[in-house]
Parts: sequence; structure tokens; C-alpha cells
Amino acid sequence: MAEVSCRKVVKNYDGGVQAVKGIDLEIADREFVVLVGPSGCGKSTTLRMIAGLEEITEGEIWIGGDVVNDVPPRDRDIAMVFQNYALYPHMSVFDNMAFGLKLRKFPKDEIKRRVDEAARILDIGMLLDRKPRALSGGQRQRVAMGRAIVRNPKVFLFDEPLSNLDAKLRVQMRTEIKKVHQTVRTTTVYVTHDQVEAMTLADRVVVMNHGVIEQVGSPQELYHNPTTRFVAGFIGSPAMNFLPARIQDGANGGLAVKVTDQIVLPVPPSRVDRYGKHKGKEMVLGLRPEHLFEYHEAGRPGWTRVDLPVDVVEPMGMETMVHFFIGHDPVCARVDPATHAEPGEMLPLTADLNQMHLMEPDSGRVV
Amino acid sequence: MSSTTVVANEVPRARRTHNSLHRQRTWALWGSYIALGVFVVIFLVPPFYTLMTSLKTSAEIGAESGSPWIVHHPTFENFWYLITYPNFQTYYINSVMITIVVVAISITIAVLAAFSLSRMGFWGSQTLATGVFLTYLIPASLLFLPLFKIIGWLGLINNIWCLAILYPTLAVPFCTWIMIGYFSSIPKELDEAALIDGAGYLQMLWTIFIPVAMPGIIAATIFAFTVSWGAFLYPLAYLYTANQMVLTVGIISDLIRGDVFLWGKIMAAVVLASLPPILVYAFLMDYYVAGLTAGATKG
Repeated sequence: MAEVSCRKVVKNYDGGVQAVKGIDLEIADREFVVLVGPSGCGKSTTLRMIAGLEEITEGEIWIGGDVVNDVPPRDRDIAMVFQNYALYPHMSVFDNMAFGLKLRKFPKDEIKRRVDEAARILDIGMLLDRKPRALSGGQRQRVAMGRAIVRNPKVFLFDEPLSNLDAKLRVQMRTEIKKVHQTVRTTTVYVTHDQVEAMTLADRVVVMNHGVIEQVGSPQELYHNPTTRFVAGFIGSPAMNFLPARIQDGANGGLAVKVTDQIVLPVPPSRVDRYGKHKGKEMVLGLRPEHLFEYHEAGRPGWTRVDLPVDVVEPMGMETMVHFFIGHDPVCARVDPATHAEPGEMLPLTADLNQMHLMEPDSGRVV
Repeated sequence: MSSTTVVANEVPRARRTHNSLHRQRTWALWGSYIALGVFVVIFLVPPFYTLMTSLKTSAEIGAESGSPWIVHHPTFENFWYLITYPNFQTYYINSVMITIVVVAISITIAVLAAFSLSRMGFWGSQTLATGVFLTYLIPASLLFLPLFKIIGWLGLINNIWCLAILYPTLAVPFCTWIMIGYFSSIPKELDEAALIDGAGYLQMLWTIFIPVAMPGIIAATIFAFTVSWGAFLYPLAYLYTANQMVLTVGIISDLIRGDVFLWGKIMAAVVLASLPPILVYAFLMDYYVAGLTAGATKG
């Protein structure tokens, strides 16, 4: 068990590519932190620097109170689970899991005890004599996790461990990983590009983009209070709608958001102070699909009705997603599945502006 | 019962259609059989002729009548002569000894070199890997004069052990190249997993790479064996007394006496000399199991 900390960590590759641009990150003991971001955002590189598989160009990485910049991977007391499992193909499941312990000269009975214990946690006891090629994808991934667990390391590192599994198995293994973490409580750093995985697993999510950390926070925090347009757009599925808008004077001394000449929405009074100083500027309005829904006469009073032509309807069972265009910008709304909507028809909509986000178009900062 | 029969009769039979795909396949098969047949004839006739001749007496070989492809009075006298002939025993032992040593040296160097070149990623490793292959492109006949100097300087002229130095120069570059290819096909994550599990580079090589790349090592072994067992030029140039010779040179220098060719004995010697390669190929091919990496990663 240990805390991990990255201090001003930079990674430059040959040829001048800067993959990680000076990140600071403190991971507490027993915490489950997920690094998430699009391809090439530096999340895997960061993980590999923690593992010791990549050299650190600048800055320091601490594990359990020691700087590990120059410590080789085997002496960092970490365990890693790879995307493609990386099982030793010529060894049985037992030997795969025991390999690290054998190299560390653990006594035989202790190795057996630990492997059996890990096999029990992961429910792979009956597979111990098999070779990896005789296992299914999910079983292989369990063995890879077992190999990490038996070592009882200070830190677990996961590098997109579920990307190779099919959708159903992925959800199952996700729960499994969370369960394992709840059992062993080892500090965990987990890399994924899947924001659902990040949200469901993490104590804290680190959103990365272009080699920098965009935001660190609990899943709820990132979802409800993103600090940048990137985070707002990356977290949540379907993604947040972004519309160019302008803040102007509204009724009764309040403010309003003007999206088009026809669509002018009142800013909730609680946000007037916050948005007042941006009056007259070009801004970007962010609204999640679930905060954009069909208008009911009997609904909340004072909510603005906007009629829009339906472009595409996606029924998903418990909800239906409806896509529109406002100007040239695509917009998605989540409506009640009972709502009748056909492509080409006009659908009356309204928005919960208490959940709106307003961003500066240049910096992408949420105001 | 009867109803079953009726139902069975009602099922329409799948008709075999002679479509163009089927015709193409037939043509392709015929083409393959003809081509393979030609190859079999070209490659198997010389060994067959060798075997036939080795079973003939000198008189029968010299006789101008009768078909040369058939043995009328088969005899093992040529074989018996060679087996009891001390010089031939020496050649045989020398060849076996040198080949074992050369294969061991070549594979050791090739595996270590290929591992470091393909996995340790040091500065210039790519260039070095290409360099290794380029060495293989230099013909042995170009090298044997400078090598003669070196062997002379080492005092190993007419010493069988000079071959243990010379043959690896032929075998190592290609073996290294084969091994680089095999090692490169092993997923990078496997060494990273081993590094994290606590293995050093040598442990990683020994416990992961060598077992996983066994098909490659066997391919390299077969190559090194072939080079060593069949090499002719170097032993011809560097060895001249019977007690130091290997089979390839021994056979021709001992069984061609002046302008007298002891054909029966030469052919019998060739048959005996080709036994080890046949055994090695047959034995190693069984262990040449491709796809050993199956299961390491998603596949």
C-alpha cells in the first residue's frame, strides 16, 4: 500500500514529441484513480512512467515516499495488467501467477497459498493447470489480474485492461475489478479511453488531453461541474451539446442566452451574477442531452418552448434520444420513450437551464 | 417407418454444381500435382541413383551392359569397407564433433545477439541488426583468404578446431537474423510483464524468450547444422592430413585415388554421411511447432 505522486512530470520522445507536458498528480493510499482521455493524450505514457517502463524526461515520480525515477520496474513493487494480457504462453496459469514470486524466491508453500487465494478471489481455481491458449479472453484477463494480485504490490497499474473484451464481458469484468479493489484495497492507477469505465470504477477521475491534466475530480464532480469544454464534452454519453450563444439582457432585469434570433432562453436568477460580466460576449452554451427534453404545457411554469424539426430518432428502451439541428450545430435531446417523434416532425422542447454551462469559446474555460 | 422414408425422399438433394470455382480448383490441383511431380523427380532421382550405386560392386558399376538404375547383385561390401575403415571413422567422428560444437557456439551467439538487438533497444541497434545481415551476404569464397591469414596467425592451420571458429562466421549472421525475426514477433508486453514481475534480462531470455521462440531456435539450429555438416570450401583449404579431415573433404580426398574413382564407396560414404541430416530433420521437424505464442495475448 502506498501513495503515488507525479510532480511536474514531463516525457519527451525522440523527434521532439512531447507526450506528457508537466503533470502534477497526487494519488492517495488505497485510492482508485482512473486516467482517461482520447488516444495520444499521454495517459498510457504516464502510467508507463509510473511503472518504470518509460524513462522520465523531467520531474519526479514518488511511490510510497521514495523518488523512483531511477528505480527499475522490478524494484518499484508494482504490478501491471496489460491490454493484451501478456501472459507467458508456455506456462500454466499457476506458473504465470507464480512467476513473479518464484523470481523473488518466495518459499513454495507461500507461493501456493498466495496463488490459491488469488484464484479464489478471481474464481479461476479450476483453470490453474491450463495454458493461456486454452482460456477465453475473460479468463485470460482474470489470470493477468491474478498475476498482479499474488504479488501483493504497493500499486496496481492497469493499462486499458478491458479494451480487448466484448461489450458484455467488459461490463462484467469492470464490476469484477471494482470488487477486487474493494477486497484488496491496493492503490490503483487505471488507464482507459472509455469514460463509462472511468466513471464507474474511479474514486477520482483524471481527465487528460494533449499531455496535460484537464481536470481531476470525483465522477460526479466531473459530470456536474466540468471546468473545461473538453471535460464537459468528454464525460457523459451522449456527449454534451455545444451551441454558440450570446448573453444579453433578459426580462425583469435578468439575463438571457440568445442561441438564435428565435431561441432566447432566460438565465436562472441564481446564475445572473456569475454570467453578468460576460454580457454581450460570444460564448458557448453547454447542455447535456438529459437536460433537454420535450415541453409539456403542464410542466414547470415559465420554461421556454422551442419547436425544432426532428432529424433522427434513436429509441434505446428506457429512453429515446432525438437529434436536431440548430443552425448547423447538431443537438441531442433525451425524451420520454412514450413521446411520439418522427423524423421531419416538429417537436416542442424545453431545457433545464439550471444545469447549463457557459464557456469561453477561445480558452474553453467554463465560467 | 414408411412415413420416415417418404419424408426422406421428399428432401431435395443438394445438387453438385460444376461452377467455375470448382473448375478453377480442379485446374489448380492438377497444376500443383504436375509441378510437385516434376520437383519430386528432380530432387529424388540423384539420391536414388546414389543409393543404387552404393549397393553395387565395382564390377557391376563398370559394366556397360544393363540399366544403371537397377542393382542386379546388391551388396553391402562398400558400406562394410567404410565402417571398418579407420580414416572414414575419423572423418565421421570429426564431422559430428565439429557440428555439435559449431551449432552450440552459433546458437548461443545468435540467440544472445538477436535478443539484445531486438529487445534492449540500445543506440545503433537497428544499424547493427542490418549490419549482421549484410555480413551474411558476403560470399564465403571471398573471405577464405583473409581468414587463412587469421587461422595461420592463430596456429590452427590443419587443425580441425579451426572449423569451430570458421563455421560460425557463416552460420551466426543468418541464425541471428532468423532469431531477430522470431523475437520481434513476441509481444513487447511480455517482456514488460516479466520486467515488472522482477526478471532481469538474462532471466527474461531464459525463462520467456527461449521457450517461446523455440520454433525459431530450431529453425536456426537446422540452418547451423546444415552449414556445418555440408561445408566444403573451408575444410578443403585449411585441412590436409587425414586425421584432421571432416566427411565432405575426407570422402573425395580419400576415395578418389589419382584418377581412380571408387564410385561404389564414394556413394556409400555419401549415403552414410546423409544419415545424420535426415535424422536431425526428422527429429526436429516434430518439435517444430509453430504458433507457440498462441494465448499470450489476444489472438
